[in-house]
Amino acid sequence: MNLANAAAAVLWIGVTAYALFAGADFGAGFWDLVAGGARRGAPQRALIEHSIGPVWEANHVWLIFVLVMMWTGFPPLFGAVASTLWIPLTCAAFGVIARGSAFAFRKSVTAVWQRRIFGAAFAFSSVITPFFLGTVAGAVAAGRVPAAVGAGNAITSWWNPVSVMTGVLCVVVCAYLAAVYLTGDARRAGDQDLIARFRWRALAAGAVAGVAAAAGIAVLHGDAPGLAHGLANRGLPLVIVSAVAGLAALVLLWRGWFVAARGAAAAAVTAVLWAWALAQYPFLLRGRLTIAAAAAQHSVLMATLICLAAGAVLLIPSLTWLYVLFQRSGPPPARGVPDRGR
Amino acid sequence: MILAAGAAADPVAARSQMGFSLGWHIILACFGVGLPGLVLFTEWRGLRTGDPVLRLLARRWAKALGLLFAVGAVSGTILSIEMGVLWSGLMSRWGQVIGLPFAIEGIAFFVEAIFLGIYLYGWDRLPPRVHLLSGIPIFVAGVASAFFVVTANAWMNTPAGYTLHDGRLTGVDPWAAMFNPSTGPETVHMILAALMVTGFGTASVYAVAMLRGRRDRYHRLGMLIPLTAGAILAPLQIVAGDFAARLVADHQPAKLAAMEGLSRTTAGAPESLGGWYSGGELHYALRIPNGLSLLARLNPHATITGLNSVPPADRPPLVNVVHLSFDLMVAIGFGLLALGLWLAWAWWRHRDTPRTAWFLRAVAVSGVAAVAAMEAGWVTTEVGRQPWIVYRVLRVADAVNPQPGIQYGYWAVVAIYAVLTVVTIAVLRHMTKSVAIPAAPQDADAESYTVT
Repeated sequence: MNLANAAAAVLWIGVTAYALFAGADFGAGFWDLVAGGARRGAPQRALIEHSIGPVWEANHVWLIFVLVMMWTGFPPLFGAVASTLWIPLTCAAFGVIARGSAFAFRKSVTAVWQRRIFGAAFAFSSVITPFFLGTVAGAVAAGRVPAAVGAGNAITSWWNPVSVMTGVLCVVVCAYLAAVYLTGDARRAGDQDLIARFRWRALAAGAVAGVAAAAGIAVLHGDAPGLAHGLANRGLPLVIVSAVAGLAALVLLWRGWFVAARGAAAAAVTAVLWAWALAQYPFLLRGRLTIAAAAAQHSVLMATLICLAAGAVLLIPSLTWLYVLFQRSGPPPARGVPDRGR
Repeated sequence: MILAAGAAADPVAARSQMGFSLGWHIILACFGVGLPGLVLFTEWRGLRTGDPVLRLLARRWAKALGLLFAVGAVSGTILSIEMGVLWSGLMSRWGQVIGLPFAIEGIAFFVEAIFLGIYLYGWDRLPPRVHLLSGIPIFVAGVASAFFVVTANAWMNTPAGYTLHDGRLTGVDPWAAMFNPSTGPETVHMILAALMVTGFGTASVYAVAMLRGRRDRYHRLGMLIPLTAGAILAPLQIVAGDFAARLVADHQPAKLAAMEGLSRTTAGAPESLGGWYSGGELHYALRIPNGLSLLARLNPHATITGLNSVPPADRPPLVNVVHLSFDLMVAIGFGLLALGLWLAWAWWRHRDTPRTAWFLRAVAVSGVAAVAAMEAGWVTTEVGRQPWIVYRVLRVADAVNPQPGIQYGYWAVVAIYAVLTVVTIAVLRHMTKSVAIPAAPQDADAESYTVT
């Protein structure tokens, strides 16, 4: 494997991690949105806040990682995508800022009306952000982005059947991942009512995601036959893996094996992403820009990959500590204990 | 569609949007760099002494840090997206040259976000000593992030580490690009600025409370700890700033000429304070004879390059903005130095802060002043580099995204950030006001008081 392909793989690992971790945070926002009135939805919102509070910022960094890896490793790709797709990217950027700040604000206020406003902003932007990011992915997948800077159509490049379908699929998949993860968190909290709610939601979202993915294949045949061909050939094994893992996740949820269901759901999403990557390999922009043509100089790729490898040595144990610390223990110990000798 | 009918390439809208979102983000970024240091120092002293006031202060500041970091994390992401959306022409070609520091910064930011999660949410779950240690990576990574991001800006001022062949990029040395001539002075200047903004900014909040009559130990320490940090850094910053200005004199003579409003190359150039630049001359300025030559070259008769040394198309167009921003930054810098000396003198004389309300008033203003100085410094360096985005390599007009309609993005950014500013300030005020400070706060108060 040459250096450019290695860099492309690292970029795609970043995309996968963003989808699996931040995707679930976005999905949690979706469930926050539909949790119902302030009183009825309170337990669900508390669980969501408790689950994503400590980790969402770390999960969010994967987006920055992907952007930086794009402009460092494949600068012409970054210039082409960001310039042509400036509208959905700007909308996604606004969604990111509204979501992150509203979530932080909601934690910092107590009055119900204030929590309601920030909660609504958090939840609404949690839905629109993955939609717009999905349209960007769809535009690239459908081959609507020319290789030159700003050469594509500002509207139709992302407002077309494949892009919109991908945007909707992203929202559904985020909701599905979140419901699966939250079912496990609800069990740890020991709340039977919450377990039942999120389990049903995960099953429903999983079914919808499956239907949407199947419908997506039909749209692809009409709008992006090249990609459809790639998925049916080189990408086929992974497409099958994804379908099997997706069905397995539903069965595992049904049987109450929530930890295994998490793994299967994550595997289904991962397999779809890598099937797409394989289907259009060696192109970054189908028929226009290959990995080799877009790659940065050897010296840049080498220095960046070495730094990232060194960084991984720092990051992997740190991330593990973060996730283990907050997955292992429930809510903080009872308040009001007198000074514990600190 | 309106969008399709708009004019092509709009560098003014793109520059306004970038300047606005960067200028907004950098205030939060300063607190993201500085506040962890303040929180850790106070938590450490609280642990050592068992002083409940210190522990409560640390905890309160950590709450504010959590909020500011969250908003800063997302407003920083917007900048990454804008790098491509607005400056596609820069990034599609030069992204790889400045990519390495951003990649390392990404790792640093990751470390920061991970340990901030552990630190803020682990306060009651971790043993005190482990908790304190878990905060150290936040501070180290925050300072490192500032360093790496500023190296990329330094590269735009003094590009290095690449070879061009017939206009094509044929070789890149990413390390040489990262450690370009401006890197040292610019990064030191900015990191000190971030720490000073945090110090004076935090102190000013407590000075305002003290002016309103709340002179208990909680408020006194809340002012004194950050103010002392700011006062210690103020003289260092003046040395660092001088170092940075001398570097501009060497590498970006047109920028220095704009900073000083110097129209013609002059031997024994005067230092000009204030004034108004029009018709190719600086009017009404207060001039210190030979001052500029002395400051820039350590020689009162040295020749300083004027604006006339570069063709009109290559001169910074907004000389007044550059010159007056620079003067404002320097003036505030010396003002903050004076404030620090006042504190030091009073402390030396009677082991106490100055007793006059004028001191509190000065501290109350110092926070906004420090932010203004930091912003003025960025205006100086960014507007002073015009018309170049990469000095003498790439013009702003050639770097901007040619898509129509960019200006609508600018107006949306202004509207969103206006709302965000109001809400952030309101929520921060709410955090300080919603709970009365107990007369003798215990650790349990810090936990049971609903500040979340």
